[in-house]
Amino acid sequence: MSKVIEGLLYADSHEWVKVEGEIATIGISDYAQHALGDIVYVDMPEVGDEVTAGEDFGAVESVKAASDLYSPVSGEVVEVNEELEDAPESINADAYGAWIIKVKISDASELENLLSAEAYAKLCENE
Amino acid sequence: MSNRYIPHTEEDIRVMLDRIGVESVDDLYKDIPSEVIFKGEYDIPEGMSEPELRRHFRELADKNRNLKVFAGGGVYDHYAPSVIPHLLQRSEFYTAYTPYQPEISQGTLQYIFEYQSMISELTGMEATNASMYDGATACAEVMFMMVASARKKNRVLISATLHPQVAEVVKTYAKFHGVDLTVIPEKEGVTDLEAMRSALEGGDVAGVILPCPNRYGIIEDFTGVADSIHAVKALMGVYADPSALAVLRTPAEWGADIACGDGQALGMPMLFGGPYLGYISCTSALLRKMPGRVVGATKDASGKRCYVLTLQAREQHIRREKATSNICSNQSLMALYATIYLSLMGRGGLVEVNRLSADGAHYLYNQLIATGKFEPAFDKPFLKEFTLRTQFDVKELNSKLMEKGIMGPIDLGNGLVEFAVTENRTREEIDELVNIIKEA
Amino acid sequence: MKYYDKLIFELSRPGRKGYELPADKYETDAIAGIPADLLRTQPLELPEVSELDVVRHYTNLSSKNFGVDTGFYPLGSCTMKYNPKINEEVAAMPEFASLHPLQDAETAQGALELYYNLQKALSNIAGLAEFTLNPYAGAHGELTGLLVMRQYHLSRGDHKRTKVIVPDSAHGTNPASAMVAGLEVVEVKSKPNGSIDVEDLKPLLDDTVAGIMMTNPNTLGMFETEIMEIAKLVHDAGGLLYYDGANLNPMLGKVRPGDMGFDIMHINLHKTFSTPHGGGGPGSGPVGVAKHLVNLLPAPHVVKGEDGKFHIEGKSDESLGSVSSFLGNFGVMMKAYAYILSLGKENLKNVGPMATLNANYIKESLKDDYLLPIEGACKHEFVFDGLKDKSTGVTTLNVAKRLLDYGFHAPTIYFPLLFHESMMIEPTETESLETLDEFIEVMHKVAKEAKENPEMVKNAPLTTLISHPDETTAAKKPILSYRQLKASENA
Repeated sequence: MSKVIEGLLYADSHEWVKVEGEIATIGISDYAQHALGDIVYVDMPEVGDEVTAGEDFGAVESVKAASDLYSPVSGEVVEVNEELEDAPESINADAYGAWIIKVKISDASELENLLSAEAYAKLCENE
Repeated sequence: MSNRYIPHTEEDIRVMLDRIGVESVDDLYKDIPSEVIFKGEYDIPEGMSEPELRRHFRELADKNRNLKVFAGGGVYDHYAPSVIPHLLQRSEFYTAYTPYQPEISQGTLQYIFEYQSMISELTGMEATNASMYDGATACAEVMFMMVASARKKNRVLISATLHPQVAEVVKTYAKFHGVDLTVIPEKEGVTDLEAMRSALEGGDVAGVILPCPNRYGIIEDFTGVADSIHAVKALMGVYADPSALAVLRTPAEWGADIACGDGQALGMPMLFGGPYLGYISCTSALLRKMPGRVVGATKDASGKRCYVLTLQAREQHIRREKATSNICSNQSLMALYATIYLSLMGRGGLVEVNRLSADGAHYLYNQLIATGKFEPAFDKPFLKEFTLRTQFDVKELNSKLMEKGIMGPIDLGNGLVEFAVTENRTREEIDELVNIIKEA
Repeated sequence: MKYYDKLIFELSRPGRKGYELPADKYETDAIAGIPADLLRTQPLELPEVSELDVVRHYTNLSSKNFGVDTGFYPLGSCTMKYNPKINEEVAAMPEFASLHPLQDAETAQGALELYYNLQKALSNIAGLAEFTLNPYAGAHGELTGLLVMRQYHLSRGDHKRTKVIVPDSAHGTNPASAMVAGLEVVEVKSKPNGSIDVEDLKPLLDDTVAGIMMTNPNTLGMFETEIMEIAKLVHDAGGLLYYDGANLNPMLGKVRPGDMGFDIMHINLHKTFSTPHGGGGPGSGPVGVAKHLVNLLPAPHVVKGEDGKFHIEGKSDESLGSVSSFLGNFGVMMKAYAYILSLGKENLKNVGPMATLNANYIKESLKDDYLLPIEGACKHEFVFDGLKDKSTGVTTLNVAKRLLDYGFHAPTIYFPLLFHESMMIEPTETESLETLDEFIEVMHKVAKEAKENPEMVKNAPLTTLISHPDETTAAKKPILSYRQLKASENA
């Protein structure tokens, strides 16, 4: 059973978002890391890039699979987790600790389209 | 039914049909609409026995003429060590598939690893893939790599001094894929670097591809070029003859991000155009944007050193339309060819090949100028290949040479001709060529 | 035999060499005359080894490989048939090997005749008007064929057609080739039996569709019986039909793609026409087209003049351009040509039926132990969805690895994606009944082992030279050269 954390928002493409003021911290869920297996590489955007809700901003690769990362919100990338360059496996160890990017939210209303922890847990159960 | 490649006896077929539970082999095709079943005969000859086939190929072979080659244009008559075809004929190598099962493919995986190591040595760059189809398609893939790395920029510059057959393929790929490809003009036989710099000012360029040596045989000077390209966050690619890199300043030394080219010059038979191989090397930073297969070293469960296909998540069979390339294979056996060639020759042999070729080429150059029938086209440094201006009707000259068993220069048009000399040409053969030209 | 794991670099001794070149008889040193800043100063660490060192090293490496000549290779979708030796012999003839691609056609008439005859033979076998032999491989052929498709619409001033329909069961190369060709991929669904869902196809066919890519038989080895209707629907919508020749082998002697309504196709000479796979290449992927597309083919092309001589034609105004430096992988074409001539018109017609017979024989013999998701006569290959008994936890990967212990190559696994435990088996026509029986026996034995000793099967392979390589570390911290390997081992 994969872990889902209360207080975060989730996309049905298995990203999580933690909102603090106008900054959204984004990562992938425990369910997603589990489905991928040993993560070997995270393809991340650069600081200053614009991301759009629902569009891909990078990818997570395991040995024999790759999964696109879809941004749950629109905005400008203000920080990327450079530690993942050397230690992509930290997503496997702690999916909610190993964030991927931080985005300055340009349209807060997009958050309304995301799932609560409860709704997301239900989604995972059904997959 | 039985034939030397199809072992089924009538009895075998009976046994098999019984097991399957059908009356005839045709029953296995009953699902196919009868209107599409092929009821005619193939318009090809009756089957040939081995003696007949040998005779047929002998007849075809006799219709070819093997010439003393004094031309290049990207394909060179270099010496091919006898050892190579013997080892390539080990059928454990040539009857194997792609090494998807590493436990029983360590032979293939290890030679690809050695190949990658050797090409990285030649280009001076950190990473090399398992090989591409040929130099031209490798160059086109480098163009895609540049666009993929730049994310939002879609313009690539190539020099007008690239080999024309390479430029043609790059143009085809660019046109259909939708890359904005611009050709940098040439000036006095080399890339017009001023024109390149002003094209870079637009800020929309993802990368620039330059040749080494170029289509005229000239070794271009790229001093300061990498800085200009990197200043606008574009990538520098060099299309280089890997054999020549034993003596020429390497793509890495010029500050390039990517090197590519054709492996034919590594002693491969000219074989009327292929198979050869294309190579791509790049910096570690670009590794995951590089197309094609890559082999990496690792350890097995008991700690033994071994090799596997790696970084596969970038490739077409996993990424489908999100892959940066559709290539599924490499020129594996030709990569083995290059590996054995480079093992035998080593640095010393490769330098000697270049010295013999360059000395012969410069000797021929001077002799041709001395005939008074040729003049220098560009006064620029070259290695094994060079371009001259002539008053000759080139077609006529070449058919005279052909009569004497010589493949003369490549006709570049506008009175320009291009000669090449390798270590396979002797001084006597060069003198013979010059004498025929003197009398022509 | 002892385990050999040296790299050629590790045999190197300063001053040793494996070559001998003629003495330099020129008085000059041309390289010394080249400006120093154009010359290499970077070190070049290539091996320094003797000729015998090289011969032993690569002979040792070859013994760590498994080829068709080693044993049965039932790799689905790859058509691992026997590679006849006479093909290798004739393809090595020096009268061909020493031809420069730019030498005058007059001096290469034998090579051009062969090239022309192969263009014609493939056209006839495929039921199409003309072939280009330029593409270097199957994927390269796919790309070239899709460029023909695009060029066709563009040449008619139709710029809207930017989509290509690809079945969801297709190999990943199809969508990747479409992407390279600048086409957008639209997936059409498969029915549970793996064939295209015609009802799902209909609404996709509008005036933005350039065409459809299909294989027939499809990825599951089943014939698309509704092909004539699909062809009509696509043609009526203004699109073209592309045939992926990956599965052509069972059609030899039975069906010609052109007769099914296909406009464009590629053939993998290294599958259907017996040229060696070479450990991953070189292959050859000729592309054939129907009459109305002939002028769009890439250059160069070989034609026969009225004088009976063969000529190389350059790029015409209508041609899509060039996809290769020269004429393609000529050396591979020679082998395919030798194979076609060896079989001849009669025996070529037996290739498809005997390949199909072999596949059905294995399928029927194993379906009590392995889960057969689709009943009915397959063609050259079929797919099991793993072991029938799922309670043991033994996966398709485990079975595949266990087969290596028994001296067989593994089938293609986890493709197609339609099933979770896909195991795709293609025996080809060159295998005898005795070989098939041995394979069947071992497959039964593995199924039994899976019941009786599942842990053992899960640990397979147990007898190979290496086992369970660490692919995660390999992908995480790539070591791609001897230089990097040395650095990591010294670290």
